[in-house]
Amino acid sequence: MGMQQQTYNAIARFVAQESGIKLSDGKAYMMESRLTPVMSEFGISSFEHLATQLMAATSELRQAVVDAMTTNESFFFRDRTPFDLFSNVMLPRVAEAKRANGQPLRIWCAAAATGQEPYSLAISVLENQTVLDGLDVSILATDISQAALGTAESGRYTQFEVQRGLSAQRLITHFDQEGGAWRVKPHLRELIEFKELNLLKSLHQVGKVDIVFCRNVLIYFDVETKAQVLGNIRKQMSNTGYLMLGAAETLVGVTDHFLPTAEHQNLFQPTS
Amino acid sequence: MKTCLIVDDSSVIRKVARRIIEDIGYEVDEAEDGREAFEKCTQSMPDAILVDWNMPVMTGLEFVKELRSYIGGESPKILFCTTENDVGHIAMALKAGANEYMMKPFDREIMESKFRDLDQK
Ligand SMILES: C[S@@+](CC[C@H](N)C(=O)[O-])C[C@H]1O[C@@H](n2cnc3c(N)ncnc32)[C@H](O)[C@@H]1O
Repeated sequence: MGMQQQTYNAIARFVAQESGIKLSDGKAYMMESRLTPVMSEFGISSFEHLATQLMAATSELRQAVVDAMTTNESFFFRDRTPFDLFSNVMLPRVAEAKRANGQPLRIWCAAAATGQEPYSLAISVLENQTVLDGLDVSILATDISQAALGTAESGRYTQFEVQRGLSAQRLITHFDQEGGAWRVKPHLRELIEFKELNLLKSLHQVGKVDIVFCRNVLIYFDVETKAQVLGNIRKQMSNTGYLMLGAAETLVGVTDHFLPTAEHQNLFQPTS
Repeated sequence: MKTCLIVDDSSVIRKVARRIIEDIGYEVDEAEDGREAFEKCTQSMPDAILVDWNMPVMTGLEFVKELRSYIGGESPKILFCTTENDVGHIAMALKAGANEYMMKPFDREIMESKFRDLDQK
């Protein structure tokens, strides 16, 4: 089909405004392959038409375009270390603070994608019951992508997906077999609340949280957007909380709302 | 170099698995059934074993049980690699002493991630 530079720029600008996702030049091929199905779904005949329609589009079309431009790839226990830190550093320390003031411990997974991350956190919570010693724990999982959240909420994964990162023991403890697929058991599903949330918008509905996993999403944003989002995340966090970023993400020169911890370069604590 | 014994009656699977496991950094040996694998283990105990379930002469499960009760046979990390993909088989394998379980079809990424997990066990 092909797309003019001007059209590419217009659609890229729309995607950045809506989601913060910054498409570098030369992503035209990716844009074409991801938006072609959206166009046929909405009966739009060319990228030029799409670009003009987006300006005054229905929220369904806008949502569908943003959704198509998100990259939702994820794995269970991705990179492993963050989950070791979660069990060995974050949970015990935060639990102690929480127990002192008698409040529940709240975890927020801010780019939950298709759910592997919040379910890995839920498994870790269940494996650390002795540390938690009866403390009430809940997990909020949010993402901008409705399609990804749909998968996350269904808790249904292919045999390939469950084998990426889940040990056999964890698989049979926390999943039921459903034909050729595997579905999360209710005891895990119950710990998590799923919600659609754009990190660029107000984060008030998140409420106060203690542990934030915000991995592999800020990489799509420019520095100003990163700084703004991190400032808003900070406001939702308790002072004794932790922020876990992705393996390639630092905050040097981005924000002074957080400082890296001695334990790990991608694990941060809020400054007061 | 660490050693890995691949036990599968399919030469195609052995070949595919061998390529990946050598890349991970193991010196690889092969056996076609549980009996041959057990004999190789009694001569020289490998660090890791990749084992199929259904094989002629001696199945993977019988092999694991026999190896785990043999002196020195508790040390290798055992990873099942089989088309048996139900909870019952997985539970049985773990109970018999396997460390991990992989369902066919697998790909390179899954194999690598399973071996990384084995290192931690
Ligand atoms: C690569 S996934 C990361 C999944 C998981 N955190 C991990 O590390 O495996 C990135 C996710 O960020 C989401 N995302 C992108 N922009 C967003 C925004 N403005 N607000 C909320 N989520 C966003 C995408 O929909 C996608 O699901």
